[in-house]
Amino acid sequence: MGKWVAGILAVLLLSVGAYAASNAAEKASRTAKPEIVIDRSKSGDKCVEETSFMRKNHMKLLMHQRDDTMHKGIRTEKHSLKNCVNCHASSKDNSVLGSDEHFCQGCHTYASVKLDCWECHASKPKQSASAPVAHPVPAPATQVGADRK
Amino acid sequence: MNDNQPSHHSSNEVDEHRRHFIGASAALAGLTVAPGVVVYGLAHAKPDSEPVTNKVRWGLLVDATQCAEGCTDCVTACHTENAIQTGALETDPHWIRKVELKDMRTGRSQSLPVMCQHCEDAPCVDVCPTGASFKRADGIVLVDRHTCIGCRYCVMACPYKARSFIHETLTDQNPDVPRGKGCVESCTMCVHRVDRDQQPACVEACSQAGHNAIIFGDLNNPNSDIAKRVAGHPTSQLRADLALNPGVRYEGL
Repeated sequence: MGKWVAGILAVLLLSVGAYAASNAAEKASRTAKPEIVIDRSKSGDKCVEETSFMRKNHMKLLMHQRDDTMHKGIRTEKHSLKNCVNCHASSKDNSVLGSDEHFCQGCHTYASVKLDCWECHASKPKQSASAPVAHPVPAPATQVGADRK
Repeated sequence: MNDNQPSHHSSNEVDEHRRHFIGASAALAGLTVAPGVVVYGLAHAKPDSEPVTNKVRWGLLVDATQCAEGCTDCVTACHTENAIQTGALETDPHWIRKVELKDMRTGRSQSLPVMCQHCEDAPCVDVCPTGASFKRADGIVLVDRHTCIGCRYCVMACPYKARSFIHETLTDQNPDVPRGKGCVESCTMCVHRVDRDQQPACVEACSQAGHNAIIFGDLNNPNSDIAKRVAGHPTSQLRADLALNPGVRYEGL
């Protein structure tokens, strides 16, 4: 009897162990985070806002700037889409699109969020990639539209 | 026929504080020739962070007597500036086109460019169901592609045939001029250049070609070249009977 119980326990333990191992392996292989290379020589050290803030709120800044530029002619560079592209275009092909290594496409594929800016907007900067871009120093305030007077 | 009145906008909000601010910056931007004497000719420069105001009304004056037959420099410049590819399809967009007029009795012929007339009371703005077609405070009529649903009601409403619909997927846009499939578009008076104190591409090209047939400027500023010309010469509006008060005037028609 004791033999039987020990045998069943051993089988159970083994199967649980195997399950845990396979789960870990699956986790590791699941949806790799995008590997995005930012060319620091082009973009400088910092984004226009803190990285954590930008990850969550870049769309709000862009939406705000978009309406200001379109309707009021406010063309401050800091939160403009053009400014994003100028810094974040890949140093390989000068674009923010093309593969999952590219800045915009990489994250949006990972997050599964449709990206439709580029149906109209240019995904490449206007000037040649070698030309350094003036990058504004991030302001301490992170409120949306804080750059406006 | 002639309308030399500078336009006046009533529908746009004017913030007193902003006016004062702009007044102050204009004074700073002005050129001091002598103590207490400031030339305001340079004072158009608007800080990037300030919104456009209805103190300015941008306009164009086309001098049909100077426009050369067969010359399409303005059209080419427009296409280059705004990255418009044409020549493939009948439905290709045209923001500016050359029109040849001929009086069959006398044989006198004329050539002139026609583009969006940037009406004060624009029919395209009237009919737009989403508010995508709108007039900026400074009189420039634009399409906000973010809200345009491509219904093309404005294309039908425009008496100048100024608007085009984009049927095909576009690539290689100018970063300053976003354009794309499924939206209506028309001449923007090169708003991205105007906001940087540059002239529209067609105006620049015409002047480079030595014709100077298109003048750009502020119709509200009595000291501007365009306002002086409009005040001192007989000019006409296309389809003046519609009383749309366009920002584009024609001389010598």
